[in-house]
Amino acid sequence: MRIAILTDIHANREAFEAVLSDVAARKLDRIICLGDIVGYGPDPVWCVERVMRLVDEGAFCIKGNHDSAVGRSDEHLNVTALRAINWTRPLLSEDHKTFLAGLPMRHEEGELLCVHASANDPADWIYVTNESSAMGSFRVSEARVILVGHRHVPALYSCDMGGRVKGQRVVAGMAMPLIRSRRWLGVVGSVGQPRDGVAQANYAILDLAQNELSFRRVPYDVQRTVGKLRAAGLPESLAMRLNWGT
Amino acid sequence: MMIRPSEGLEIDGFALGACLHKGGFATIWKVTHPDHAQAMVMKVPTILDGYDAPTIVGFEVEQMILPRLSGPYVPKLIAVGDFRVMPYVVTEEIEGNSLLALFDAAPLPLSELIETAARMTEAVHELHKQHVVHLDLKPANFLQRPTGEMVCIDFGLSRHDQLPDLLDEEFTIPMGTFPYIAPEQYLRQRDDLRSDIFALGAIIYEGATGKMPFGKPERLRAVRKRLWRDPVPPRAIDPRIPEWLQEIILRALEVDPARRYQSAAQMLFDLQHPSQVRLTERGRKMKQDGALAVWRRWRAMRKLRGFAPPAGMSAQISKAPVMMVAVDLSPEMEGLSLLLLLQVKRMLSSQPDARVACVNVIKTARIGIDPTTTEDGDHLHVSRLIALRAWAQDLDLPDERLTFTILEHSNPAQAIVEHAAKNQMDHIVMGARSHSASRRYLGSVSSQVVAESSCSVTVIRLPAVAAAEAA
Repeated sequence: MRIAILTDIHANREAFEAVLSDVAARKLDRIICLGDIVGYGPDPVWCVERVMRLVDEGAFCIKGNHDSAVGRSDEHLNVTALRAINWTRPLLSEDHKTFLAGLPMRHEEGELLCVHASANDPADWIYVTNESSAMGSFRVSEARVILVGHRHVPALYSCDMGGRVKGQRVVAGMAMPLIRSRRWLGVVGSVGQPRDGVAQANYAILDLAQNELSFRRVPYDVQRTVGKLRAAGLPESLAMRLNWGT
Repeated sequence: MMIRPSEGLEIDGFALGACLHKGGFATIWKVTHPDHAQAMVMKVPTILDGYDAPTIVGFEVEQMILPRLSGPYVPKLIAVGDFRVMPYVVTEEIEGNSLLALFDAAPLPLSELIETAARMTEAVHELHKQHVVHLDLKPANFLQRPTGEMVCIDFGLSRHDQLPDLLDEEFTIPMGTFPYIAPEQYLRQRDDLRSDIFALGAIIYEGATGKMPFGKPERLRAVRKRLWRDPVPPRAIDPRIPEWLQEIILRALEVDPARRYQSAAQMLFDLQHPSQVRLTERGRKMKQDGALAVWRRWRAMRKLRGFAPPAGMSAQISKAPVMMVAVDLSPEMEGLSLLLLLQVKRMLSSQPDARVACVNVIKTARIGIDPTTTEDGDHLHVSRLIALRAWAQDLDLPDERLTFTILEHSNPAQAIVEHAAKNQMDHIVMGARSHSASRRYLGSVSSQVVAESSCSVTVIRLPAVAAAEAA
């Protein structure tokens, strides 16, 4: 069983399509989406509808902070993100909004736990950026493999039997063995707004049979998305982010 | 709750038989399983009560690396146990003993030593090609299959180029077996495949002389001495050891990794071609360096923090390939052999550490007299060698990076393919004669080489016009 882990699609249709065709070409068995379908990008309707169809076909999707902000005004977002969400809201139908509002905050299956930001306080949207912020997720959960998104930069942490948390060097494209003597926290990079310095869509493959996690990068038509962003009048900083992948 | 292994225990379907080995860090058990017919062994780490970091991390490293290795030079992995119940790895059982017993009887007869050394070096190169530096090579960690291949075992201290180094994160002291570890390992550099070359040098030294090149240091401080103190030359211990072998051993034992062989394949090539080993001072010296030289090295080394870091593993291997050039020396192929020379020159400019093995094949009759047994044959052999050397002169390579071999075979393509496989060549470069009807139906040498060779092949062809002019 190989699961594609997608997160932070952020209404970037070109990146999302590129990842989905990579998933299909690799004949992965299932898709789990860690949230933030909308926000920042120019194609919220298409992306929400595509995820709705995937869910109908058996995929699983949880809620991100941008998805949550569509239906409520008390989510804290930075100014740029807020402008983008305010631009997004009127485009979405009631169906879309109901779907986003109904997404669960966490998903557990077997030894796997999926949340959007962190396991310790999912609704607080804490960023996992280092060993000490990863520690919290290991403390509250017994899951052997925890997968999160939200940070937009891929990273991997392990927690050994002595409870010590270590960041692990991640090489894109190489499978990392999730050895059973440790528990693991994978931070999956963003599909639609990568911030790891490479202007390519990120996702991850969790191979349950081989017990391996690999981070993947997929090239997509960045200029097309940037063109749509500008045409929609969204903040220029969002276009620059996509250009540089930062 | 953790289970301890014992004879008769059954876990995940594996039934434990006799205990084959009880070491400081692990026990090895013979096991059977209804789903697996082959002979298998189970390795169980001996974890002390509480958190026993060195054993656990070493075991974790092995669990990460073993599943990524394949081929006859490593034990085949069968199963891995759950740490919370009982940690273990099950691998195929390699019949036969480790080389420990053999090396306990060192010095070894020369022919046996060279054969063993070549087999070990071959296995190590195979590991390197799969992105793994072993970092704990010693006779006890080699097993020989009945078919002859050497199998490397125990990857608890190893390093995989594309995986995190759990050991480096965990420990601040150098790890390895003191008589064999390389100076850079003492300095905690764990990413250089040339560290394994050093260990091979130490093992071959031991096999040749019956002594360890740096004694048997028990404390870490004593290991440091190898940064400036050179070993007693093997020939000073036993003058019957040939100079070329001492050259190979001492080159592998150079303190600075940059002065060693740059890949195990290059070392293997020398072990298999003694007559082509270029002798230097190293091969001839009969005593250790004098006090002044050692003092100078001590001054230079005592504050050294590390050697120049190597390029990534795969870059290290691809930078130092053994390139085999098959040269057709017949007069009508002059244009082609010139083109071949230019091509090799171009390739050398991007691979500055490459070695070039020039090969020419004398085609023998399928049935008939072996030409080398006649005077004519000898003459042919020598004249081809001279022509081959003349061809290579323009490459401007130092002798140590250039070798010449004349092969004899009724099927030249097969000779080339076999020679390349035996010497772990990384790349074959050869020319193709121009198109002709007969070649299309009978098949050309180059197309057979391309089809059958396991390494990359570059085929050079004269442009059609030039070929027509040449004809």
